[in-house]
Amino acid sequence: MSDTPVKTLAFEPERYELHAPAAYHFDLDRREFLASLGGGILVVLAAPAQQSGGHRGGFGRGMPQQIGAWLHIAEDGGVTVYTGKVEVGQNARTSLTEAVAEELRAPLATVRLVMGDTDLVPFDMGTFGSLTTPTMAPQLHRAAAAARELLIGLAAEKWKTERGGLAVAGGKVTNPATGQWATFGELTRGRKLVETIAADAPVTPAERWQVAGRSTPKVKGVDFVTGRHRYPSDIRRPGMLYGAVLRAPSFGAKLASFNDHAARATPGVVVVRDGEFAGVAAPDREAAERAVRSLRAEWKAAAQPSEGELFAYLKQHAEAGSPREQGSVAEGMAAADHKLRQTYTVAYIAHVPLEPRAAVAEWNGGRLTVWTGTQRPFGVRGELAAAFGLPEDRVRVLMPDMGSGYGGKHTGECAIEAARLARAAGKPVKLVWTREEEFTWAYFRPAGVIEVASGALADGSLLAWEVHNYNSGAAGIGTPYHVPHQRIVFHPTESPLRQGSYRALAATANHFARESHMDELARTLGLDPLVFRLKNCQDPRLAAVLEAAAGRFGWKHRKAAPGHGFGVAAGFEKGDYVATCAEVAVHRTTGQVRVVRVVEAFECGAVVNPDHLRNQIEGSISMGLGGALFEHIEFEDGKILNPRLSRYRVPRFRDIPKIEVVLVDRKDLASAGAGETAIVGIAPALGNAIFDACGTRLRSLPMAPNGVRVG
Amino acid sequence: MARVTELQVNGARRRIDAEASRSLLSVLRDDLDLTGAKYGCGEGQCGACTVLLEGQAVRSCVTPVGTAAGKAITTIEGLGPAGRLHPLQEAFLEAGALQCGYCTPGMILSGVALLLRNPAPGEAEIVRAMQGNVCRCGTYPRILTAIRLAAKKGGRP
Ligand code: FES
Ligand code: FES
Repeated sequence: MSDTPVKTLAFEPERYELHAPAAYHFDLDRREFLASLGGGILVVLAAPAQQSGGHRGGFGRGMPQQIGAWLHIAEDGGVTVYTGKVEVGQNARTSLTEAVAEELRAPLATVRLVMGDTDLVPFDMGTFGSLTTPTMAPQLHRAAAAARELLIGLAAEKWKTERGGLAVAGGKVTNPATGQWATFGELTRGRKLVETIAADAPVTPAERWQVAGRSTPKVKGVDFVTGRHRYPSDIRRPGMLYGAVLRAPSFGAKLASFNDHAARATPGVVVVRDGEFAGVAAPDREAAERAVRSLRAEWKAAAQPSEGELFAYLKQHAEAGSPREQGSVAEGMAAADHKLRQTYTVAYIAHVPLEPRAAVAEWNGGRLTVWTGTQRPFGVRGELAAAFGLPEDRVRVLMPDMGSGYGGKHTGECAIEAARLARAAGKPVKLVWTREEEFTWAYFRPAGVIEVASGALADGSLLAWEVHNYNSGAAGIGTPYHVPHQRIVFHPTESPLRQGSYRALAATANHFARESHMDELARTLGLDPLVFRLKNCQDPRLAAVLEAAAGRFGWKHRKAAPGHGFGVAAGFEKGDYVATCAEVAVHRTTGQVRVVRVVEAFECGAVVNPDHLRNQIEGSISMGLGGALFEHIEFEDGKILNPRLSRYRVPRFRDIPKIEVVLVDRKDLASAGAGETAIVGIAPALGNAIFDACGTRLRSLPMAPNGVRVG
Repeated sequence: MARVTELQVNGARRRIDAEASRSLLSVLRDDLDLTGAKYGCGEGQCGACTVLLEGQAVRSCVTPVGTAAGKAITTIEGLGPAGRLHPLQEAFLEAGALQCGYCTPGMILSGVALLLRNPAPGEAEIVRAMQGNVCRCGTYPRILTAIRLAAKKGGRP
């Protein structure tokens, strides 16, 4: 193990998330696994990159190199699907189960999903970027459709008839002409068939969905309301010890001296010191905490940037970036009647998944097994293999449905630490990060500076649009409005804090800047902010959500009341369109902001599960208003100053407005992922409403950690 | 150090051997394998660890096990009458009041304690009672709906 300085861990989030190479990873010997399946039929789906065409053979032969998913129908008719996607609260387990049940025309309860177990599922880069619905769901549709066709073939063979006359429904194949029927189990019994299908096999179009497209309740919901579900932090292994890790007092500090006499003298306590890593394992959590407190360590601190200099620091260390240009901004500006130039900033915020990082690690004859909460089980497997110098096939990562991530659990630090302690202890070790560790040693949503300059004609037509984003990221950096002259630049820079992905990434920051700026420009031009947006909108899908949100909100008939204000914002990201209208009340003397009502219209193609989609949108609004109004990480000289829930405010019941969601269902369009984009509209809608309420323009997120300064 | 050797959990006597100063949360989770109570903050700020002590909601992460000895402890595992769901558990499912579900046991037990105190709480009272529970997934409106639903059905098993 080596120490990992802050700067090498800082990655530019979009590059990290969306352009990670789809490396060839099908390097494990799957024969054992395939043999363990027993008989039945197995459908193997080539990953989209590979169009290998149909292939039929026995188990274990003729596998394509890149596999998206596999689906097995056992001899008892049970359907098991293996996917590298994981369940983090976005209800992918449910939506993917719907996809399979849809094509197999089988009851939902007969379909079981094995998710995120690196020994059993095909390689997957991870669950992020809203890709499960647009990429994995179609793959499972195809695999299940192929399985259905295979079952029809088996039935036709059995009844010596044409397959055209057969039908599949309710988990059975039937021959309406003769009244014959057979369950899936009756057809798969004694078989050992493998079918490999191409990534583009046909599926049921959304207009004809029977199961998908409905509000199917969360799969295994009962286990969650009864406490039966085992999250990563609930895993328990025989003889297991509890771990605790010695943390540096500040980022970049080096261990100068170390004395573990007291801990070593405690019965049952194991101490590990390996480079910059020091930790203990003990029979219970409190004993581990006591032992780690008894370690005497001296640290040599290294100077680190502080919050006060953050935005200057980001600009000073910025790269030039490569501009995306259209027309000539200089020309557009020269022709404009009105020009506006403003700077917006965004603070670092934390994901605060309610379940912090947790891992249980167990060594077995040179093989390492780790249960851990992560959005990238294969990524964590790679990190573990690298940390311990093992080939990847000696490492198994299992990911039980976890207490969420929001983009914050891509990395495997906790898994590595647990594995290091377990190796020393010779016993399984569980390590659950404390909230303070999660706040300090995970990573943050990037802070950023965004400069926007714009020019418009007196009639409200946009002419020029120039954006410079320092550090927060390139997602959503463009504009969905029609502007002839544009110059858009993302400037990567050095981040004082370790940063990474977050729900919707930089799209939140970029939408905040753009939609606040649009509002400012509308005010300059004396136009209604909704009218101004629609005037410059040539994308009918964007116009549709704007009109849907404004219609439900009653934008045209909104009535000014003292201290109340109204704001609108819209956007497009990851295939989703969103428009948000908000009403706020700003207290006349205290300046406290109360969000009264939010209406959000959302369009993500064909809706897979309306209720779960609403749940995601409501959740995004609730989460988003924290980052909009009060969440921010305070830091000084390498220390996080507010690393606990008593010091870092997250949205609670009292903060939540009346929320109304309007779904624009486009059955004619492919479904896009929807767990992220719904968050991007809330901050600008609130900022614009606050301005409307009290005339104060807020250009920094969070906007009102201590209320708005009024008057 | 004082030790606790027995707890009354979910209507049964459970033998343990724990230092009295350990948190009730870690004894429930690690010694009794009742993992329905969750760790979220360890400082009484999130409610994920909520259990009932004599019918009152307490944050088990800041409750020394010594102070729970001899009292009736109810965890999410023991909430429903044998093999059935408590009306509030049912209401959570009906309202779809969860995403990752990690906050859910604590939310349900806080809600149950409220309904025990007042079977027909008003909106403001619900919000006041639940203010100490965090749902990072933001299912708050649905949780309110679930509590209202359960209250309408009488709120008790
Ligand atoms: S873990 Fe006890 S209140 Fe958060
Ligand atoms: S459902 Fe995830 S924290 Fe509440």
